[in-house]
Amino acid sequence: MKRKVTLIILAILSVVAWLPLWLLISGSFMPVDEINSTLGPVLNETEGFARWPLFPQYLDVRPYVQLLLDSPEFFKMFWNSLGMVIPILIGQLLLGMPAAWAFARFKFSGKKILFTIYIALMLMPFQVTMVPNYLVLDKMQLLNTRWSIILPAACSTFPIFIMYRFFKAIPKEMIEAIAIDGAGPFRTYIYIGLPLGAPGIISALVLGFLEYWNMIEQPLTFIKDQSLWPLSLYLPNITTDNLGIAIVASVIMLIPAILIFLWGQTYLESGISVGGLKE
Amino acid sequence: MHKEPKHISQNKPKSDLKIALCFILPSLIGVGIFILIPFLDVIRRSFCGAMNGQFVGANNYITVFNNEAFKLASKNTIKFIVVCIPLLIVISLALALLVNSLKKKNEIFKSMFLLPMAIPVASVVLLWQVIFNKNGLLSAGIEKLGMAPIDWMNSDWAFWILVASYLWRNVGYNMVFWLAGLTTLSESVDEAAMVDGANGWQRLTRITLPQLIPNLFTITVLSLLNSFKVFREAYLIAGQYPHDSMYMLQHLFNNWFMSLDIDKLSAAATVVASVILVLILFLQKTWESED
Repeated sequence: MKRKVTLIILAILSVVAWLPLWLLISGSFMPVDEINSTLGPVLNETEGFARWPLFPQYLDVRPYVQLLLDSPEFFKMFWNSLGMVIPILIGQLLLGMPAAWAFARFKFSGKKILFTIYIALMLMPFQVTMVPNYLVLDKMQLLNTRWSIILPAACSTFPIFIMYRFFKAIPKEMIEAIAIDGAGPFRTYIYIGLPLGAPGIISALVLGFLEYWNMIEQPLTFIKDQSLWPLSLYLPNITTDNLGIAIVASVIMLIPAILIFLWGQTYLESGISVGGLKE
Repeated sequence: MHKEPKHISQNKPKSDLKIALCFILPSLIGVGIFILIPFLDVIRRSFCGAMNGQFVGANNYITVFNNEAFKLASKNTIKFIVVCIPLLIVISLALALLVNSLKKKNEIFKSMFLLPMAIPVASVVLLWQVIFNKNGLLSAGIEKLGMAPIDWMNSDWAFWILVASYLWRNVGYNMVFWLAGLTTLSESVDEAAMVDGANGWQRLTRITLPQLIPNLFTITVLSLLNSFKVFREAYLIAGQYPHDSMYMLQHLFNNWFMSLDIDKLSAAATVVASVILVLILFLQKTWESED
């Protein structure tokens, strides 16, 4: 009985959590004239109230066809996004993995202070680091190029915080067993640390992808040239131009994020319980 | 075998400074170039005039603290954090306890509640507009109840819409953290308490919750981190100058940046960075004294 009540409560809440996704997907198949009549009151300021039906009158794939075949700028922005997100993630791993390993497994003076600085940096909202970033990027003449987004983001300390907790959770005995076999710190890191810390690395990748696929502030600040904008910043502009494909574009933008999420979500959970900053 | 030297080195704390540096240096160089070193320049600029770069003492700070927009934005940002974080922590804990009580078949609910974090802000902006417009879904709903339609994003409700959006997006991730903590708890203590006649509430507050406290640091830090990201929703829905109730520090920084008020911006950035630093030190201290 108690179990049933719990199930019902959770089911209702799940529906609430999922409703936006459902509405987007069903909306993406709505015929254009149906969109105009249901969403018209909001978007074209016609009389009455907007409606967003749970199911379209019939499934219309024309908006998809139109977007996929007839919107070169959409694809340009899509590739712009990937062209930033992928180098950022590679950079974050190359810089972050060894640093996270060092924080998790080595003893050295000043470690605690440095780690505190890293956590503080991770917490700084973009608007705080925007000015320092801007000053450097301006000096390097990187403003208005995609490197103005990639380089600062690759140095983010957030993935280090995530991976640290996973590296920390590897049992000491396991590492000592290898160390006795004569492997140095670098081989231990590569052959023991990376494979055993893989869930943490994947976690950092998934969270990083979702973060930078979503990027608004950075390109808005550092990239004037709209043809270099990522999809996340460009998408809201479509709405006014072409309602029919706006919802479809929203759904297509969503697909890579959902796929990455489904691939990595089990790793988000594992190893998560090792919290805090314990030495 | 020469065991002795090893023994000695274990007695005094072993330092791996050189090796550790090899591992950290790439990251440290990056952080240094893009944030730490230029931030020193920002601190310097916060004491200088915008035009001539002459030393002006604390003038910029005085200007910032007397600035009405800064007061409003700080108030809203603090209010947002103070409202959201406890709310998020409690709701996600309640959800985690519910999901955990199911034992079997709780995997599906993890996925269900985690999903919103994967949905790009840009994808839902259109939907949010349709819901919260004056002629939108929510207004249609309250009109049926006999109330007048409201232009939600241009009313005091705007703040609460941001709160709801934050909760929707983040509750699942926090819930997963709590669940991970819950699964490591020993059931024997709980069962012993049950045998001793402790009721559900007593077992929750005396046994379960105290054991979850170590998870609280990470959860709070991540909740705080994510609370700054609601700016995306706010910006995409309402633009640079939203309703007063949701005008955040992020909006202000952005607008000062656009108008090239680098002097004020430097002072404000230094202030915010200091507050965050103090906050993190405070959190760390609190959690370290716990155990």
